[in-house]
This record gives sequence, C-alpha cells and structure tokens, in this order.
Amino acid sequence: MIGKLTLYFEYPFVRYALIVGVLIALCSSLLGVTLVLKRFSFIGDGLSHVAFGMIAIASVLNLTNSMALVLPGTVVCAVLLLRTGQNTKIKGDAAIAVISVGALAIGYLLMNLFSTSTNLAGDVCSTLFGSTSILTLKEGEVWLCAVLSVIVVALFIFFYNRFFAVTFDESFAKATGTNVNLYNLLIAIIIAVIIVLAMNLVGSLLISALVIFPALSAMRVFKSFLSVTICSAVFSVTCAFLGILISILAGTPVGSTIVAIDILGFILFWIIGSIRE
Amino acid sequence: MAEVVCRDLTLGYEDRILFENLNFEVNHGDYLCVVGENGAGKSTLMRTILRLQEPLSGTVEYGEGLKPTEVGYLPQQTLVQRDFPASVREVVISGCLGRCGKRAFYNKEDKALAEKNMRRLGIDDLAKKCYRELSGGQQQRVLLARALCATGKLLLLDEPVSGLDPMVTAEMYQLIERLNKEGITVIMISHDIHGAVRYASHILHIGSDIFFGTKEEYLDQEISRKYLQKGSDEE
Repeated sequence: MIGKLTLYFEYPFVRYALIVGVLIALCSSLLGVTLVLKRFSFIGDGLSHVAFGMIAIASVLNLTNSMALVLPGTVVCAVLLLRTGQNTKIKGDAAIAVISVGALAIGYLLMNLFSTSTNLAGDVCSTLFGSTSILTLKEGEVWLCAVLSVIVVALFIFFYNRFFAVTFDESFAKATGTNVNLYNLLIAIIIAVIIVLAMNLVGSLLISALVIFPALSAMRVFKSFLSVTICSAVFSVTCAFLGILISILAGTPVGSTIVAIDILGFILFWIIGSIRE
Repeated sequence: MAEVVCRDLTLGYEDRILFENLNFEVNHGDYLCVVGENGAGKSTLMRTILRLQEPLSGTVEYGEGLKPTEVGYLPQQTLVQRDFPASVREVVISGCLGRCGKRAFYNKEDKALAEKNMRRLGIDDLAKKCYRELSGGQQQRVLLARALCATGKLLLLDEPVSGLDPMVTAEMYQLIERLNKEGITVIMISHDIHGAVRYASHILHIGSDIFFGTKEEYLDQEISRKYLQKGSDEE
C-alpha cells in the first residue's frame, strides 16, 4: 500500500492535486459557516448547476479555456441570487431552484445537441461528479486553483470580523455604518469562485457537501464563531486529504470518496455533540 | 440643536402611507418611548432614524456632533441568531466594528471597551458562553452590550422586553433606566404601554392620531386613556 502511494507521489501532478484538493476543501469550509447560518446552504448547489451550464456552453463554443466563461458567468449568477433575498417577486429558495434546474437542463440539452465529443455520457458524468481519477486534473487548472485559493483565504482572514457581523445581524451592522451590501457582494463572489474551483475536484453535484458538512459538523461541537470556523477548516482539510489518499489507493472516484468521508465525519461529530449535551 | 430631529416625516411603502408630517426632536438625555398599534409604523420609523430606509418625504437629522456610526441599536432577535454559534464576547465586540473604520481587526481599545460594557451589564462572567445557550434576558443584555460598544450617546431599542417574563422585564427596564441616567439618550419602541409611561420622559404615539410630548402631557390626553385601558384589557 505504502509502495503504491510512493509510486503515485513520484508524479508531480499527483502531489499538486493533493495540495489543490486540500486548498479547495479549506476555502469551501471557511465560507460554509456563513452560508449555513445565513440559510444559504443550497446556494452552492444552485451555483454549481449554473457552472455546469456554463461549461456546456463553453464546450459547445469550443473554447479552449472554459474558465474564462465559467468563472464570470457563475459570479454574476451568485450576485443575482444573493440579491434576491431582498423584496423580490420570487423568494430566495425558489429563485435558486429556478436558476439551478434551468441551467442544468439547458446545459445538458446544449451538450446533447452540439457536442462533438465521442464520449458524451462520460463528459457529463465527470462534470457532474468530478474527475473519475485525480490524474485527469490538468496542470493549468491546478495552478489556477492554488492562486485563487490563496486569494480566497486571504480575503476571508482580512474581512473575518465583517463577515461575522454581517452574518450575525445585518440590520445592526448596517445601522452602525458597515457597508453590508458590499460584504454580501464579496461573499457571493467568493462563493462563486470556490464553486468553480471545486467543480474540478468533486464535480457540480457534490459541491454542496464540501460547503455544508464541515460547517454543520463543527457547529455540533464548538460554541464560538472562531472555533467553529477553525474546526470546520480542519475537518474539511482532513476529510479531503483522507478522501484523496483513499481514492488513489482504491481507485475510487475522488469527489464521491471525499464526500463519503465527510459524511462519516459528520456522523462522528454529531455523536460527540449529542454525548456532550 | 437636538440630538435627533425629524421634520415633516412621511413614512410608508409604495402603495400605502403609514403616517404623514411627523415632527419631533429628541434632546440629549431624553428617554423617548414610541407606542402605537401593530402596523402603525413604529419599526419603520426606527429603521428610518437609523437610515436603513428612506422616508417618502421629510428629513432625519443628527445633531450635537452625533455621527451616524455612533448610534447603538438593539434590533428584534432574528431567526438566524437562535442557533448561532458565537461566544458572548464575539457578539459584544462586533459592536466595535463602526469604530474600526478601515482597520481589519480589533485593537486593544476595542477589546477593553467590550470588556467594560460586559461588566457594565453584568455579563462579564458569561463572556465565553455560547450566545444560543443563554436565556432570553441574558441574550438581550448581550445585544445591549454590543449596542453600547457602538455608542456612548444614543440607543435605539426595538421592543427590548418582548418575550421576556415579568421579572426579567423589570430588570431590563431598570437597566435601561440606569443607562439613561448615565447620560445615554434612549429611543425605545414598546408594546408595553404601562412600562412606557412608567419609565419614559417623552412619549411618541403614532397611528391614526399622532401625539408627541412629555409623559405628563401624554397622560392628560384622551388618546392615552383609551390606549392604556386597552393595554390593561389585553393583559
């Protein structure tokens, strides 16, 4: 087993992928706490479907660099979705449902009608559930992930106190002079970036798991915002690390393996939380 | 000039006007209670004073050197807060954010201010406790301490005693009275008309009839007798 691991680690892209996987897990868990508390758990899911639709469009247009379309498109949708919280005809959860299902359907339709690929089912499957093998991650994607992850973590740390205030009590923050709209916008953009990043790793259907499980698990056990945030980051990174190792050893799909570990961790934390009470 | 001056204020939404041409001013050290029926526009008025919402017409001005970031606000509790994992200290110090300006993190003064206000409200021993595990009265104290971190001058309280039992309600009123005597102006929305006429120095009654004046003047009015009677019936 160790031998097999060493063999794999001789390939640089396996090492990169491990690093990137861990970074993505870190990023997604940080904002997960805010999303869960703001009742936006499903926004990750909705946005990932949007990203799927964008990828479909990119492949139809034969873009060599699909990121150039997927990233801005998803960011725009994230901003629109978070805006719907305030006084719109279609309420938050319904708006997410409309956009996500719509994007999924249109995306699949476009792929079916125009795709030149010989392996359509395989393409769709890997966009939905992530790369079947970690070895299929391209080096360019790996570097992009790394850079964006660092930016996300830096922004989160810098605006940590503001994110807390905006999450805990928007009215109070606004009344005392915090630019709430700006920070909500920032949160929306960061989420969109994380989702596009995470699509490479776990695929668009499983991204919500990376966002929700670490936050929920940490909230079961810890009682301050800082400890919940740190715990959820550690939880997420550990699960992603273990998941990637197992998927290398057992040859299982990366995304679903990570999510399976997340679920196990969640159950464990749930039990610990229940015992403490 | 007074601390808060509202001139010819008309509030409402696109298709409905709540009230028109409201004029009143709040001086330093006043304790103003805003009373009125449900839906009369009490919360809308408070949101307008806080500049969370634009009035249809009229103006709200702050005087005596009060900056918009120096207002303390105690909102009604939201659903999100019920299961929010945050320690008391984290919640209280978030009131210092307005003072931070462009600074990303809290400095020593902010931390000292948070400690001071927790002691002031008798919740310093709860500092490490989780906010969601506190009783209703304790939670209100935490939010009040946070509001005090944001201001030394003006507190706006949105139904601070709703949902509290009578004992805790009385404690809360005494606490607010003490803060008012320490020189903080208080504007409070209340459903509890008896508590309002007992503690406030001024009353603003909004609804189909509008009244603004001192408590003594209010008690001489027909409007207050009707309303007080109704308040008793409901209890």
